Amino acid sequence: MKIPAASSAPRNHPIVTLRSVCKLFDTGVVALDGLTLDVRPGEFVSLLGPSGCGKSTVLRLIAGLTQPTSGQIEWLQRTQPAGDAVGFVFQEPTLMPWATVRANVTLPLKLQGLAATAQPRVEAALARVGLTAFADSYPRELSGGMKMRASIARALVTEPRLLLMDEPFAALDEITRFRLNNDLLALWQSLGKTVVFVTHSVFESVYLSQRVLVMTPRPGRICNELSIDAPYPRDERFRTSGTYVEYCRQVSETLSRALAEPP
Amino acid sequence: MSVRSGKRQTRDYEDRALRTLLPVSVLALALMLWQGVVWLAQIPVYLLPGPLLVLATLILDWPLLSASLLVTLSTTVEGFLLATLGGVGLAILFNQSRLIEYSFYPFAVILQVTPIVAIAPLLLIYLPQQAAVLACAWIVAFFPILANTTLGLNSVDRNLSDLFRLYGATRSQVLWELKLPAALPHMLAGLRIGGGLALIGAVVAEIVAGSAGAGSGLAYRIIESGYRLNIPRLFAALFLLSLSGIVIFFALSLVSHLFLRRWHESAIMAEL
Repeated sequence: MKIPAASSAPRNHPIVTLRSVCKLFDTGVVALDGLTLDVRPGEFVSLLGPSGCGKSTVLRLIAGLTQPTSGQIEWLQRTQPAGDAVGFVFQEPTLMPWATVRANVTLPLKLQGLAATAQPRVEAALARVGLTAFADSYPRELSGGMKMRASIARALVTEPRLLLMDEPFAALDEITRFRLNNDLLALWQSLGKTVVFVTHSVFESVYLSQRVLVMTPRPGRICNELSIDAPYPRDERFRTSGTYVEYCRQVSETLSRALAEPP
Repeated sequence: MSVRSGKRQTRDYEDRALRTLLPVSVLALALMLWQGVVWLAQIPVYLLPGPLLVLATLILDWPLLSASLLVTLSTTVEGFLLATLGGVGLAILFNQSRLIEYSFYPFAVILQVTPIVAIAPLLLIYLPQQAAVLACAWIVAFFPILANTTLGLNSVDRNLSDLFRLYGATRSQVLWELKLPAALPHMLAGLRIGGGLALIGAVVAEIVAGSAGAGSGLAYRIIESGYRLNIPRLFAALFLLSLSGIVIFFALSLVSHLFLRRWHESAIMAEL
């Protein structure tokens, strides 16, 4: 009998689990009510729901930026994630406008006191998102898509196990969004990260994810879960395939049921 | 595309030329009109000297006026530097501690809303004259710097501040890497206002002090010239004060532009 090493947990053991989590804001708004979900290692999972259903709050809870009013958040290895365990990509690029792209990407390492050895990791992160040539540009000199790439590079620079993305492409035009969807999938496949992706787009969630968790309107709960069993790499052919359309129909129906559910 | 951008560039140059040429022509025209009226109506010098006479007086009295200019300018600059130190320092202190902010902010407001002309006589009683004049320049200049810097420090992007929290930034990292850079455009706007106000504060204090019989700044020269009906010198001194104000404003605008040109919209707009 083999005893597994402490670091190599069973393959499907979730790296983080939210158990009956409730979140009540100071304003009295109940954002989440009894939400339970787990995130499995290496998976690409989407949270899909109408705006205001508490999707972002779920990400903020996982990132430790806010605490649950009740319920538990359990981590596989530690109780609280260290700064380098989680990467966060916001809806806005959220770059420091006064700093170059390189300085923005260096920021997480700098804040952790790793500035001295940051250089190769920053260059690698910039190369991964194809921004090497723009390292010395300022955010205002970049297009919306490039700003988002810089934001993704910044999230990747600490080499986190878990990447949290909060509607990162919602503000982009469709052509740019499609391209970034593909680039994100390529990154996910080559780096083996776990991605939790928040979106309000049925199509985006189906295209990207292995699992789609559909949330109810406020107060948010997971009302259903769908597996998207289509092989990767996915590309534009998948986007126009019958399988894709069928999954979109299923997810769409689930979402309408979730919207109709009484709170 | 290059043709179009070339066309646009030409238009930009034309626009810039107009922006300089028009006010300069208007000024020249006004000066000529002034000189003409003074000549034709034979207005006595002690009522309204012509611009040529003012210029002649400026050159003739330069030793006296330049010494006064130096006094006023050094008060202004010292007052402004102290106001910058005090305004930015207090803003940071207020930002770091709510208790300190609640305790002292109302007094900063009181200091600001009480007219400086009314405070100046008291300051002249309690302080040596040079210190009192400096204090006036400081009081007037420091509030906009404090208020603007405070506004800037409080207007940090919420997501950016979450990001700093996520990576476990220390308090001083948040201050130096996030809050102060984010506050910089507001702070520089405050400095631009403060610079002009420091000059006003210095002049007000000199005028109040001047009527008490001492002082040698430009404002004092103005009062003295008024008493002696030396109106050309009064105009010359006034001209120097205006010029100082303009130079201060443009110098601070230049500083602001140099700091912000790479990233801030205000500086980018100014370029267009």
